[in-house]
Amino acid sequence: MLETAFFNLFGGLAIAAALGVILSANTMHSVMWLILCFFNASGLFFLLDAEFLGIILILIYVGAVMVLFMFVVMMLEVNVAKKREGWLQYLPVGGMVSLILFIELVAASTSGLFGSEKMATAAHLGKEVSNTEEIGKVLYTQYLLAFEIAAIILLVALVGAIVLTLRERKDAKYQNISKQVQVRKEDRLRKVSM
Amino acid sequence: MVLETTEMTLNTTELLAIPLLPLLGALVVGLFGWAIKDTLSHWITCVCVILSALLSIDVFIQVLDGAEFYGNFWTWMAAGDFVVQIGMMIDPLTAIMMMTVTVVSACVHIYTIGYMHGDAGYPRFFAYISAFTFSMLVLVMGNSFFTLFFGWEAVGLFSYLLIGFWYKKDSANVAAMKAFIVNRVGDFGFAIGILAVWYYFGTVDYREVFAAVPALVESASSMSFLGWEIDTITFICLALFVGAMGKSGQVPLHIWLPDSMEGPTPISALIHAATMVTAGVFMVARLSPMFEFSEVALAVVIIVGAVTAFMCATIGLVQNDIKRVIAYSTCSQLGYMFVACGVSAYSAGIFHLMTHAYFKALLFLAAGSVIHAVMNNQDIRKMGKLRKFMPITYATMLLAALALSGVPPFAGFWSKDLIIESAMLREMGWVSEFAYYALLSGVFMTAFYTFRMFFLTFHNSDRVPVETKSHLHESPKVITIPLVILAVGAVVSGIWGVFMLDITNAEIVQGFFRDSIFVMDEHNPLITLALHGSHAWYHFAFTAPFWLAIGGIGLAYAMYFRETKMPAKIAATFPAIYTFLLNKWYWDEMYDRFIVRPTRRLGAFFWKTGDLGMIDQGMIHGGVVNTVKNGAALLRNIQSGMIYHYAYAMVIGVFGLLTYLLLNA
Amino acid sequence: MVPLSSFLIIGAALFSIGIVGLFLNRKNVITILMCIELMLLAVNINFAAFSHFLGDISGQIMVFFVLTVAAAEVAVGLAILVAYYRQRRSIAIEDINTLQG
Repeated sequence: MLETAFFNLFGGLAIAAALGVILSANTMHSVMWLILCFFNASGLFFLLDAEFLGIILILIYVGAVMVLFMFVVMMLEVNVAKKREGWLQYLPVGGMVSLILFIELVAASTSGLFGSEKMATAAHLGKEVSNTEEIGKVLYTQYLLAFEIAAIILLVALVGAIVLTLRERKDAKYQNISKQVQVRKEDRLRKVSM
Repeated sequence: MVLETTEMTLNTTELLAIPLLPLLGALVVGLFGWAIKDTLSHWITCVCVILSALLSIDVFIQVLDGAEFYGNFWTWMAAGDFVVQIGMMIDPLTAIMMMTVTVVSACVHIYTIGYMHGDAGYPRFFAYISAFTFSMLVLVMGNSFFTLFFGWEAVGLFSYLLIGFWYKKDSANVAAMKAFIVNRVGDFGFAIGILAVWYYFGTVDYREVFAAVPALVESASSMSFLGWEIDTITFICLALFVGAMGKSGQVPLHIWLPDSMEGPTPISALIHAATMVTAGVFMVARLSPMFEFSEVALAVVIIVGAVTAFMCATIGLVQNDIKRVIAYSTCSQLGYMFVACGVSAYSAGIFHLMTHAYFKALLFLAAGSVIHAVMNNQDIRKMGKLRKFMPITYATMLLAALALSGVPPFAGFWSKDLIIESAMLREMGWVSEFAYYALLSGVFMTAFYTFRMFFLTFHNSDRVPVETKSHLHESPKVITIPLVILAVGAVVSGIWGVFMLDITNAEIVQGFFRDSIFVMDEHNPLITLALHGSHAWYHFAFTAPFWLAIGGIGLAYAMYFRETKMPAKIAATFPAIYTFLLNKWYWDEMYDRFIVRPTRRLGAFFWKTGDLGMIDQGMIHGGVVNTVKNGAALLRNIQSGMIYHYAYAMVIGVFGLLTYLLLNA
Repeated sequence: MVPLSSFLIIGAALFSIGIVGLFLNRKNVITILMCIELMLLAVNINFAAFSHFLGDISGQIMVFFVLTVAAAEVAVGLAILVAYYRQRRSIAIEDINTLQG
C-alpha cells in the first residue's frame, strides 16, 4: 500500500516534471524541471531494488550533467522571447506521433507477456543483499570488456569536449573563411599606371 | 591430377628468361619511355630481345641433343577442382618456333631503329613489339590450352595496337579495328573449342588431353551442334580451326590481313608475315594428336588452305601496293602450310613456316627499305629502276623473291616442294587432288607476282616522281644489316632443314620432331614419299613445281623487266577478270553487303527505338530518363539540410517500425 | 503491490513526452538535448523494471552503460554547441542547415 503510494507520487511527479521540461519558456526552468524529474526517477529506481542506480542517477546526473547544462545555458544567454515564436507549428505532427506511440507502448506493456496479471509482483530482496555488490560482481567479470570500452568512450568524450571548446589564442592570426570566399578581384588588385 | 615436372634437362631459369626478357624491356620502355628517351629505349628493348634470341638458339641446340622440358611454374587460378597452371612444354616443335620468333624479332628490332627513326611514338613502338614478342613466346611455349589462349589473345591485342600505331591516320584505325573484329570471329570459335576440350577432357593440359584423345575417339562420342550430329573430336578440331583461320588469315576470314599493311612495315614483317599469322599453323601442328583422329577436320583444313592459297595468289597478281602484294602472298603461303597440316605432313608445314618466316620477313623489310627510300610511297607504279640506288636492298630482295618463288637451292623450294608432293601422295580423294592442283597453280602465280613486283620496283622504267628523286639512297646500316642476316636465313634455312635437321624424315619419331608431332602411319604422306625415293636433292629438275616457278619468273621477266605494253593489253582483253581480281574477289563488298550493313541497320534500330524511343523519351510519361530525373528531383527535397528534419525522420521511422511490429505480433 | 506494467507506462509516458519536446523546440538545441535525456531516462526505467521483475541483474548493468554513454553524449553535445554558438551566435536548430550537399 505504502509502495503503491510512493510509486504514484514518484511517477506522477516525474511525468509532471517532464511536461515542465518541454513546456517552460525559460531554458533555465527546463533544466530545473529535469532535475526534479531525475530525482523522482531515482525514487522509482529505489522502488525497483536498484539502490545503486538511484544514487548514481542523483550523483552523476543531478550533480554533474545537469550542472553542466546549467553552465551552458547561462553561458550562452539564449534569447527567451525569440524561443517561443512558432513553437506550436509542429505540435499537430509531433503530438499525433507521440500520442499514437504512447498508446502503442501502453498496449504492448499491459497485455501479453508483460500484462499486470502475469508480472504482478516480484519479491523484494532483504537488506542482507547489497545491490552495489551484486552489480560489481557482474560488472567486473562478465561485463569487463564492455566496462573497459565504456571507460574509453568516456575518455574520448572528455578529450573531445576539451578539443571542441578549446579557444584560440587572442594574439594568434585567424582566417575568416566567409570573408575569404566573398573576396572580389577589386579587393586585392590595384591598377597602377606606370 | 596435374602432371608435375618430368624431364628437367633444360635450365628453368633460361627458359623463363626467354619470354620474360622481352616483357621486361616492354615494361621498362612502355612505362618510362617518356623519361628515358629514344636512344635508351631502343637499346633496352634490342638488348633484351637479342639476349632472348641467343638463349632460344641455345635451347634449340640443347633440344637437338635430345633435351626436353615439361613442367609447371605456378598456379594461375584455382577454383575448386579447376586448376590452371602456368607451365612450359619445350620440345622440338616449340624450340624451332622459339628460335624463329626471337631471331626474326631481333632483326626487326634492329631494323626498327632505322625505320622508325624520328617518329613521335618511337619508345611506344619498341614497347609494343617487345610485348608482342613476349606474347608470341607465351603462345608457343605454353603447356596448356589456357596459356595458348592467353598468348593468342595477347598477340591479337598487340597486332591491333601496332596496326593502329599511327592513330592519327583514319585508315590505320579502321584497319586495326577490322583486324580486331575479324579476329574476334575466329577467337570465338577458338574459345568454344577450348571450352569443349575442357568439358570433354576435364583438363586443359596438353599432355593429359592428348593422352585422353584415343579413348574419346574409341567411345565414338558424338554431340549435337545446331541440330546435326557431329563427332566430338571433329567438333573440337573444327572449332579450334576457326580460331586458326582468323589468326592466320584464311578464307573467309582473310580480309583483315591485307588491310593490316596500314601499320608500319617492321610489324608487317614481324607480326603479319613471320610470327603471329603462323600461330594458326603452329596450333594445328601442336594439336596434331587431336586433328589426326578427325578425317573431316583434316579435309576442312586442306580445303580452306588450298582455296586460300589459290585465291590470294590470284589477287596478288594485280595488286599495285608493294606491301599488299606481299600480304596476299603471305595469305597464300599460309594456305600452303595449312594444306601441309591437312595432309598430315605437319613437319613440312612447320618447315615451310620457318623458311617462310625468314624470306617473307626479309621481303617485307626490304620493301620497307624501298618505301623508306621513296618517301613512304607504296605504289609500285611510282617506282622503277631503283637497283642502282639501293644495291644491298636489291640483292637481298632478289634472294627473298627467289626463295619465295621456290627456286632451288633457296629456302622456299625445299619446304614448298615437300608440301606439294605430300599433297600429291596423300590419298584423300578429290580433296587432296584439288589441293594438289590449287597449290601447283599457286606456285606459278607466286613466282609471277613476286617477280612482277620485283621488276616493277627495281627495273622497268623510271617512274619515280621528280620530287622524291633527290631523296633516293641506300638505307642506313641498321636497316641493311638485318636484311643481310635474314638473307642468310632465306638462303640456307632450307638446305639446313633438310640435310642437318632431317626435318623431312618420314619416321618423324626418328627425325627432328621426335614425338612432338603425332601422325598416324596410314596418313603419313612422307612415308610414301620415302618409298618413292623422290625427294632427293637432285630430283628438282623433274618436278612440275620447279618448272612452273621458272615459267612464272620467265613470264614476269617478259612482261615487266622492260616497259612493255603487254600488261595493259592483257588487262584490256579480260576486263572482267582483271577488275574481279583487282577488287579482291569482292570479299570486302560481300561482307559489307551481308554483314556490316545489316548489323548497322540492326544497331540503328536498337538505337532509335530502344535508346531514343524507350529510354530517352516516349514510353511512359517521358521515358526512363525523365522519370528518373523527376523522381530524383522529388527525393532531393528530403535532403533539406535541416538537422531537425533528419531527427524527425528518425523518430517517425521508429514509430513506423514499432507500429509494424505491434501489428504483426 | 505495483505491477510491471505500471513502470512500463511511466517509461512510455516519459518517452512520448520526450518526443513531443523534440518537435516543439526548434529554437533551442539545449532543450532538445534535455528531451533526449528524458527519453534515455525512460529507457533506463524500463531496464530497471525488467531487471527487478525478471530477477536478472544484467538489466541494471545496461542502465549503467546507458548512463555512461548519455554522459559522454551530453559532454560532447554541449561542447559542440558551445563551439557552434561561438561561430554562429545562435543555437536555434532552424539555423543549423548547412548539412545540405
